[in-house]
Amino acid sequence: MNFDDTPQEAAFRAEARAWIQANAPKQYEEELRKSSLGRTVLKGANILEVAKAWQKKKAEAGWACLHWPKEYGGRGASPIERVIWQQEEGPFGKLSGMFIIGHGMCGPTMMAYAGEEQKRKYLPPLASGEKIWCQLFSEPAGGSDVAGLRTRAEKKGDDWIINGQKIWTSGAHYSDYGILLTRTDPNVPKHKGLTMFFLDMKSPGVEVRPIKQASGQSDFNEVYFTDVKIPDSQRLGAVNDGWNVSLTTLMNERMSIGAGVATGFPELFEFCNSLMLEDGPAIEDRSVRSRLANYAVKASGLRYTSMRAISALSKGERPGPENSIGKLVAGSMVQEVAMYALDLQGAAGVLSGPEDAEVASKFQAMLLRAPGTRVEGGTDEIMRNIIAERVLGLPGDIRIDKDVPFNQIPTKGRA
Amino acid sequence: MNFDFSDEQKQMRDAARKFLAEKCPPKAVREVLDGKAPYDKELWKGLAEMGFLGVAIPEEFGGAGAGHLELCVIAEEMGRANAPVPFSSTVYLAAEALLLAGSDAQKQKWLPKIASGEAIGTLALFEGKGNPSPKAIKLQASGGTLNGVKRPVPDGAIADFAVVAARTGSTGRDSDISLFLVDLKAGGVEAKPLTNIDPTRGQAELTFTKAKAEPLGAAGDGWSILTQVLDRAAVLLAFEQVGGSDRALEMGRDYALDRIAFGRPIGSFQAVKHMLADMYVSATLARSNCYYGAWALSTNAAELPEAAAAARISATQAFQHCSKNNIQVHGGMGFTWEFDCHMYYRRANASALTLGSLSYWEDQLIDRMRKKNAA
Repeated sequence: MNFDDTPQEAAFRAEARAWIQANAPKQYEEELRKSSLGRTVLKGANILEVAKAWQKKKAEAGWACLHWPKEYGGRGASPIERVIWQQEEGPFGKLSGMFIIGHGMCGPTMMAYAGEEQKRKYLPPLASGEKIWCQLFSEPAGGSDVAGLRTRAEKKGDDWIINGQKIWTSGAHYSDYGILLTRTDPNVPKHKGLTMFFLDMKSPGVEVRPIKQASGQSDFNEVYFTDVKIPDSQRLGAVNDGWNVSLTTLMNERMSIGAGVATGFPELFEFCNSLMLEDGPAIEDRSVRSRLANYAVKASGLRYTSMRAISALSKGERPGPENSIGKLVAGSMVQEVAMYALDLQGAAGVLSGPEDAEVASKFQAMLLRAPGTRVEGGTDEIMRNIIAERVLGLPGDIRIDKDVPFNQIPTKGRA
Repeated sequence: MNFDFSDEQKQMRDAARKFLAEKCPPKAVREVLDGKAPYDKELWKGLAEMGFLGVAIPEEFGGAGAGHLELCVIAEEMGRANAPVPFSSTVYLAAEALLLAGSDAQKQKWLPKIASGEAIGTLALFEGKGNPSPKAIKLQASGGTLNGVKRPVPDGAIADFAVVAARTGSTGRDSDISLFLVDLKAGGVEAKPLTNIDPTRGQAELTFTKAKAEPLGAAGDGWSILTQVLDRAAVLLAFEQVGGSDRALEMGRDYALDRIAFGRPIGSFQAVKHMLADMYVSATLARSNCYYGAWALSTNAAELPEAAAAARISATQAFQHCSKNNIQVHGGMGFTWEFDCHMYYRRANASALTLGSLSYWEDQLIDRMRKKNAA
């Protein structure tokens, strides 16, 4: 058991640090360091452009998608090297947000199911950030129950014709490509009639409408498909085997560990260190300390859980569903942390203008963004089901729609 | 980086688990729980023969000279089995205090006897209610003798010797406190067993009347040594708590798979599944915090004080959470004497207090994080 770099790891770290030191967009470092959940903005600059420029620079020097094979735009690095890079990249890593879905989910799915020529064509620009990808799975009728999706794909000659609607698609408004899960056979049970494709988001018939979130921002979209044509060569996996293909995508989501999930704890600790209450510094108040300690051990527990997973990964073991605790714990914690930070501000905690509120209204922004973190990428309840079923071996839910042809599943609750 | 135990350490864990499954089934724990014996003497002898009592004691003092990582994996199994022996007081407290501050002669006298199972040791720190604090120590040392009362003292009624925290000054500073080594069988000490929430781990009141004592460590260093002993014990006890958490979770899971209600296993109801999932989450967070504590303990890292407090808090919470919800999953049966659930509930809540309460360690953690931040 040790935390020291091996000589090779130390050499890699030194190389990464030197390169970042020489090349990172330092003018944004302070702003990025201060930004937190619910608000990553750069004053006077378009964050999308800054992010793309940084990603391109990394790709040209061989620092993009470290774990991908070199021929697809990566570096062929080890899991530990990837973690070292993330540690060294520090606040500049916050510029990778819009690439996470492409790099973590779409890319690996393409790697597993696309043809060699397609991989060489599409993966390098995905790695370098020149092209952004999104994942079109969720629908109004299929969120947690994603296999209940209704977007149809019908074969016509060598093409498929797509009609339907997706929702909660992160980044669709700036994406160039997407992977798309569709229903190709409604006459069989729901998991057995799905097929996966990838498509150009500029295809005729694709319409993206941003959703205004409860937080006031728009990270997600609705995406409408009206007679959108996709060539059969852009099918990923066999016809009606889309469910299995999507499991690859979701498994890769779990593999993309190490980045560390936001808990809000470092921000809260710093805040309590500086905040003055009526009786003195907040950090010296008994009840504040108790709350802080409880959050501290959750945050450190998550950090070390992720380090254990990385150690397992580096020994060739596959990280399992136990990593879903990260999102489950951090999602609700960030919400509690934000509420507590506002509570400490008393009545003035309601103010959310950056110029009026403590620490530039960081915690107000966090509070308003937090409900989403407990829903997106699998709700808290789905995460608990995953842990209960796949880690603890408890029985799956009774699925009354499991063996019913999809088109006979009821669609309305109260009549 | 390799944040895991080595294969050899895992083999040792497996060996300890196998040994304890055989020698320490719930039936054996019940002998002590039901008051038929103060502790399991046969098991204690067996642990000595396996080399587990002296695993972290150097070979020159009769131990196996393995190290603290090895002791951590054994501690986890002791907790899993809810072993009714004075392991924590003898090995985590008395032996660690001797290793940290004992003279060569003191180590030669006691450590080989700990390793061989001939001597049970403990730490006599508390004097009534309250958390570890130099101010709370009233027991007086003068002229090589001690006078005063300590309670509760873990395993105090069966211990052969004790490390005793005593007052040697009245300046109001930490240096008023010194440690002493007392042979409890040499006269001058009266031990009275006290009823406690976990009968598988006894508590006692020790009354010292002109009891002969020899200094352990330099005069005035008592509080600083004690702090280090408590940190080390916190990591080791946290491993016991993690072992207990895992066992309580397993018991709940197994019952949820076997028990049928409304025509289906109760483990298929989300209300029950989610409760078990949350138990898994807290046990996992605790385990990860403990691994960090184990690393800090084994390397004597500067991070040990913070790591120990985090492991202590996280493992205390996990064991309390898992043991109480294990009873909940079992329903009415979980509340019977006959089912084993309450053994873990009792142990979890006793372990939560024995080195100082949760609120004490929360306070310590924040202090230590602030110090690091300021540095």
